[in-house]
Amino acid sequence: MALDSKIPQGPIADKWTNYKNHIDLVNPANKRNIDVIVVGTGLAGGSAAATLAELGYNVKAFCFQDSPRRAHSIAAQGGINAAKNYQGDGDSTYRLFYDTVKGGDYRSREANVYRLAEVSANIIDQCVAQGVPFAREYGGLLDNRSFGGVLVSRTFYAAGQTGQQLLLGAYSAMNRQIGRGKIKMYNRHEMLDVVKVGGKARGIITRNLITGEIERHSAHAVILGTGGYGNVFFLSTNAMGSNVTAAWKAHKRGAYFANPCYTQIHPTCIPVSGDHQSKLTLMSESLRNDGRIWVPKHMKDVEAIRNRTLMPKDLAEADRDYYLERRYPAFGNLVPRDVASRAAKERCDAGFGVNATGEAVFLDFASAIQRYGKETAHVKGLDENDAALVKTLGQEVIKNKYGNLFQMYEKIVDQDPYNTPMMIYPAVHYTMGGIWVDYNLMTTVPGLYCIGEANFSDHGANRLGASALMQGLADGYFVLPYTIGDYLSDDIRTGTIPTDSKEFEDAENEVRKTLNFFVTNEGKHSVDYFHKKLGKIMWNKVGMARNVKGLTEAISEIKELRAEFWKDVKVPGTNEEYNEELAKAGRVADFLELGELFAKDALDREESCGGHFREDAVELDGEQKGEAKRDDENFAYVSAWEYKGEPSDAVLHKEQLEFKDIELKQRSYK
Amino acid sequence: MNLTLKIWRQKNASDKGSMVDYKVSDISPDMSFLEMLDVLNEQLVNKDEEPVAFDHDCREGICGMCSLYINGEAHGPDRGITTCQLHMRMFKDGDTITIEPFRATAFPVIKDLIVDRTSFDRIQHAGGFISVNTSGNTIDANAIPINKHDADTAFEAATCIGCGACVASCKNSSAMLFVGAKVSQFALLPQGQVEATDRVLNMVKQMDEEGFGNCTNTGACEVECPKGISLENIARMNREYLKASLKG
Ligand SMILES: Cc1cc2nc3c(=O)[nH]c(=O)nc-3n(C[C@H](O)[C@H](O)[C@H](O)COP(=O)(O)OP(=O)(O)OC[C@H]3O[C@@H](n4cnc5c(N)ncnc54)[C@H](O)[C@@H]3O)c2cc1C
Ligand code: SF4
Ligand code: FES
Repeated sequence: MALDSKIPQGPIADKWTNYKNHIDLVNPANKRNIDVIVVGTGLAGGSAAATLAELGYNVKAFCFQDSPRRAHSIAAQGGINAAKNYQGDGDSTYRLFYDTVKGGDYRSREANVYRLAEVSANIIDQCVAQGVPFAREYGGLLDNRSFGGVLVSRTFYAAGQTGQQLLLGAYSAMNRQIGRGKIKMYNRHEMLDVVKVGGKARGIITRNLITGEIERHSAHAVILGTGGYGNVFFLSTNAMGSNVTAAWKAHKRGAYFANPCYTQIHPTCIPVSGDHQSKLTLMSESLRNDGRIWVPKHMKDVEAIRNRTLMPKDLAEADRDYYLERRYPAFGNLVPRDVASRAAKERCDAGFGVNATGEAVFLDFASAIQRYGKETAHVKGLDENDAALVKTLGQEVIKNKYGNLFQMYEKIVDQDPYNTPMMIYPAVHYTMGGIWVDYNLMTTVPGLYCIGEANFSDHGANRLGASALMQGLADGYFVLPYTIGDYLSDDIRTGTIPTDSKEFEDAENEVRKTLNFFVTNEGKHSVDYFHKKLGKIMWNKVGMARNVKGLTEAISEIKELRAEFWKDVKVPGTNEEYNEELAKAGRVADFLELGELFAKDALDREESCGGHFREDAVELDGEQKGEAKRDDENFAYVSAWEYKGEPSDAVLHKEQLEFKDIELKQRSYK
Repeated sequence: MNLTLKIWRQKNASDKGSMVDYKVSDISPDMSFLEMLDVLNEQLVNKDEEPVAFDHDCREGICGMCSLYINGEAHGPDRGITTCQLHMRMFKDGDTITIEPFRATAFPVIKDLIVDRTSFDRIQHAGGFISVNTSGNTIDANAIPINKHDADTAFEAATCIGCGACVASCKNSSAMLFVGAKVSQFALLPQGQVEATDRVLNMVKQMDEEGFGNCTNTGACEVECPKGISLENIARMNREYLKASLKG
């Protein structure tokens, strides 16, 4: 099947408006006859479910947690972008569009990104109207901060809990519709398959996680907003339950999987402390607004710091290497995430890592504390030369901005970041890849939509900070409600989709077969045993820097591990009860397939772009020596993989990317 | 560290349940409390025994999913944190640790340490929202300036993670801190004024129907709340309720 992205004709700035003017609408009375399933109630799924219910559709929403409010979006810390230009610093729809395409290393679809930038301002208006308490200035207006990879302040935030506040906003909109009976909420339910009838997505199979009951649910369209698959690395900043299962099952039913190898490795996470670790914790990128990143210039100081004979704060300024400021004077500590992550790895690989494992760099707030302290003293008419006072005042400002992050750090590391620099290291954080969708956010399966982090759409090869929240809410509140109407207008006379068809029965039987296998298999190893092994392969060979040899090895190692898993996995208990090991087994089984496709995709892409860095594709000389080298001539396409059984048999389809409104350039942050 | 764990095991909602003893060894002080339970569970799985079921997801103190009652305290001995943020350095080698579910009539046990907190959701369905549709035509976000102090106070109330520690710590199993936080968030914002009367009446009514107890001002909830939600929120809700009742 040829890929048709369905991008509307016309100038980029008019595409979305023209599109909306020409789609088919469903009249309000008919919406009552149409059922829609939304799987996932994070920012994307939650906002979509609420809006579709407001419009009048009958919505059934699903999540695996005990409440929509706990979706992983809740953990987003730093902020959400919008082209409001409240700061008057030259922001505009075009500039947000431009920054996002450039930040994504020219591997995203122009028309989608433009639309995202266009609706971004509406998101902020909508959220404020819902009662989302964003941070404000003393004058009562909304405050902004800046994030990596851009030169304007366009990020709206709520301390270090922006995702929480936005999700609670979407959750409250859902609650209103649940209260009115327009959304039927199924919590603690896991989707285990998509059901296709007559070629169209018409329902799903779920497992009730409390009773183990397998259920059939039908609808006229199915929307997946099931989040990212970073947990294929075992250790990531994602929540423990985040998984690829819903997306992978859709893939197996015909939805192409796009750019699986585009993963974001976030530069500021708390370093790994030991083998017992179950997850990694992010320290928001917003900290790079005020924190300066460094390692010692000299090996002897590195050693002294590791032996604890030298306190980092006592090392003289002249002996510190603020390597981001040195290498990228224009953006300094605010370079995009992929650049910052690779720079940290480069210093640590060269031996300058500052903790026991040699995998950490410093993020230092001492100068910000000084600066803010002096400022506050000045404003309050106090003594600017009183060092102790300045420090206290400065610490208060920092606490106000990042208090919850500092507290989190202190609890985990047992060090006080107000008085000693934080230690940070890159960790897997976000997946730009995901289910391929067209301009309508529809997958290659008619009637099956995919939104939020689960799709591949707007971030290209690298996501700029504060763009995922924007995309999730844009998809759910402002894009999908239009595009899905165009599709559903054909279904006003279809009537309820029966669940007793052969298609539902077959899908249910398949699900049961797998669950049965797990609880009866007499294996030797727990699910985590396999997940951890997979994570190691992924991190070592498909992680921050990739090469042909490592990727080829990873592919065969994952294949072997998968075979071992199906032979030797051990799941206690039964299917007819709450059984977390059983739920995990299904998720890891899917990760074991995705992991291989991921490596295969990385091997195919013989260029470095954004979150995908190939050691054999770097600039060899000139000002950009050592930086990632993109190959626009041969790789300016989206890889969309079609399922054919084994991941090794997956067939590659290419969506050629055309750049009409932005010139393709070497991405420079120097 | 080597530890003895006394854990509540209960097969399902209708099972009676009882405390069972377990031993774990080689626990590092850098582990989180839940990672310590992971070690126990890995041990149990390897011995073909059923692992201990407990709720968790984000493991960084924000989703509100984790919920243990440890040595008689919701979220354990440390302050201002959730169970997933509790670290083993708070305990000593040789300690015996008691682990129970959050107990309240409105939070029935599902299995072992997992309880059903959907009563909280139902309170939110009753009024925890501002009725505004997603139209794309809402007024500009800066059209109504909001006093920074009010905005910050609304934010503080809104940081409640819905964990239920307040209920579990209260001898009356009252949900006033949780409901007060939500009512306060909206009461402090101009956008929340329009529906203020119905909101507080409906939410309180639902809270009572769910079987939560009355507030007798013991303040235990505030002490155990991982997000520092203050008792002022309860006072504000009481004022809102009184105002609404007089109107209503
Ligand atoms: C620690 C952290 C900090 C971040 N900070 C920022 C930030 O500051 N700014 C920003 O823009 N982005 C940030 N991000 C990224 C952003 O938070 C996510 O990309 C975004 O929230 C994803 O939203 P979503 O709705 O697509 O998915 P999620 O919020 O992950 O929701 C997934 C939903 O799907 C459900 N689900 C999944 N699988 C199934 C299944 N099989 N059956 C049933 N239900 C299922 C889950 O229950 C859940 O409801 C951050 C991410 C992390 C991890
Ligand atoms: S008020 Fe505090 S203890 Fe109660 S649910 Fe909210 S965060 Fe948890
Ligand atoms: S697991 Fe999310 S708050 Fe503890």
